[in-house]
Amino acid sequence: MKLAFNIALRFLNSNKGQTFLIILGIAIGVSVQVFIGSLIQGLQKDLINTTIGNSPQITVLSALEDKTIGQWEGKIDTIKNSKEKITALSPTASFPGFIAFNKQTEPVLLRGFDLSKADSIYGITQSIYEGMPPTRKNDVLIGKELRDTLSLNIGDTITILTPTRKSQTMTITGFYDIKVASINQSWVITPIHTVQSLFEINNKITGIEIQVAEVFEADTIASHIDLLLGQNDLLKISNWKDQNQQLLSGLQGQSVSSIMIQVFVLIAVILGIASVLAISVLQKSRQIGILKAMGVKDFTASLIFLFQGFLLGIMGSILGIALGLLLAFSFTLFAINPDGTPVVALYINYGFVTISAIIAILSSTLAALIPAIKSSKLSPMEVIKNG
Amino acid sequence: MDNIIQIKNVNKFYGTTIKKQVLFDVNIGFKKGSFNAIIGQSGSGKSTLLNIMGTLDNPSDGDVYINHQKTTAMDKNQLADLRNKTIGFIFQFHYLLPEFTVQENILMPYAISNRIASSAILEKADYLMDMMGLTTVKNNLATQLSGGQQQRTAIARALMNQPKIILADEPTGNLDSETSENVYQLLREINETFKTTFIIITHDPRIAEKTDRIVEIKDGKIHSDFIK
Repeated sequence: MKLAFNIALRFLNSNKGQTFLIILGIAIGVSVQVFIGSLIQGLQKDLINTTIGNSPQITVLSALEDKTIGQWEGKIDTIKNSKEKITALSPTASFPGFIAFNKQTEPVLLRGFDLSKADSIYGITQSIYEGMPPTRKNDVLIGKELRDTLSLNIGDTITILTPTRKSQTMTITGFYDIKVASINQSWVITPIHTVQSLFEINNKITGIEIQVAEVFEADTIASHIDLLLGQNDLLKISNWKDQNQQLLSGLQGQSVSSIMIQVFVLIAVILGIASVLAISVLQKSRQIGILKAMGVKDFTASLIFLFQGFLLGIMGSILGIALGLLLAFSFTLFAINPDGTPVVALYINYGFVTISAIIAILSSTLAALIPAIKSSKLSPMEVIKNG
Repeated sequence: MDNIIQIKNVNKFYGTTIKKQVLFDVNIGFKKGSFNAIIGQSGSGKSTLLNIMGTLDNPSDGDVYINHQKTTAMDKNQLADLRNKTIGFIFQFHYLLPEFTVQENILMPYAISNRIASSAILEKADYLMDMMGLTTVKNNLATQLSGGQQQRTAIARALMNQPKIILADEPTGNLDSETSENVYQLLREINETFKTTFIIITHDPRIAEKTDRIVEIKDGKIHSDFIK
């Protein structure tokens, strides 16, 4: 083993120009993989973040006609103890209604939150651009668009009307902007007990909103939660994947095309290494013949070329990762939006980079297999007879 | 009879469609510690015979015994091991490894079957280099040597594992007469010091004359066998 390794190293070293060319070939292949992979992953992460980052990925809703969920604290505990990686868990009581101010009426969704919990999903407190968060019963927070429609100010008293014709006056404590116009226009945010008392649902809620660490596993986590809660006739559980099939198939298409590019780059790299090493066997056939005459076994003779492939793979991967990261970095530096932020944020997944390197090393070794077999079959007589 | 090499009824054909017979029913044995010459014209089959004795080539039929072991019954790995431990080769074209230094080339037969060279082994390589006058070029690459130095390196390499047999195919073929004489002296000294069996193919009648036995091959048969 050690002998084969040393001979491989010496062979590579004796022909530096050729060795450098193969390493460069592998490096370019690896750098394209790292760059395209990081780019596509960054793009997808961006897209997912903007699409579902600020909304619940799994929602537990009521299956009853009055849309309420009772004994919800126990259910939240069950979800918490489910061993799934849950990053946010927020109970909500929400009902549609109307807002009336200055003889104008607009349809709204009255959303009762425990703000400290809802913030980890929606970031409501951070999005308040004027005023304070609502803390007392009948305090409300109004969105930017709705404020513009009704020309509202802090301290104004508005009236909320329910579909059952109840009405309640409430006080505006502040205005929020969570960058989604339809939400800014329709959500009236208030402490959860405001909604509970207005709609007379006692301590019940209408939904539990959940965010998870692995967004793409939302569907399996959702069915696990469904199983744990076990009240199929009382509850229904939805997840973002079921509701965003088009986005998902778009992302999937992107992933597939990125993998296709990477596979073809890999094939080109393998063919390159295989052909150069095949020529190298011819160049070194004299040496292989002498070594075999001196007692080197066929297996050791093939190991020499496998080690060459392996060493080339390692060096090519290191150089390739450096090149790929440089490429990705300069892409974020030069491909920028007018405001100076990068078009696609750099996302370096170390796991992916490592896997790319391992694949490159494995395929370089694999590419050396044909030359290795040739080397193993070479008879010392061929060399000695032909001088 | 203590023959270290014994060839029994060996025939050798080359080619598959048009068969050409190179060796005809050859029977010959070589004594342990003897110093032998094989002579004959080009194409007489003497190199083929040497390669068959060295297990580099297989006989078409017949048997070869090295050190009382039947080599025709061995697999490729056993043969490689046998070559490494029992036989040293010196070829007309030196066949050094150009990527390695003189010292590394000489140590190569040892490195093939062992992991790390001990200080005793390194001393042995030094001794061989000293004997061959290679100490000053010890760290030169094989390509940075004169023809004589290359051939002496090849001889030192053949001696490294202290083989029982050394097979030499025109070892002085491309050297001038003075260097040839020196190389011959060296081989003879080794023969006497280590009791190594030598079988040397040569065109040089002056070298052949100084051996213990001259075997002449003609048209694939033993034409004459003269033992002093």
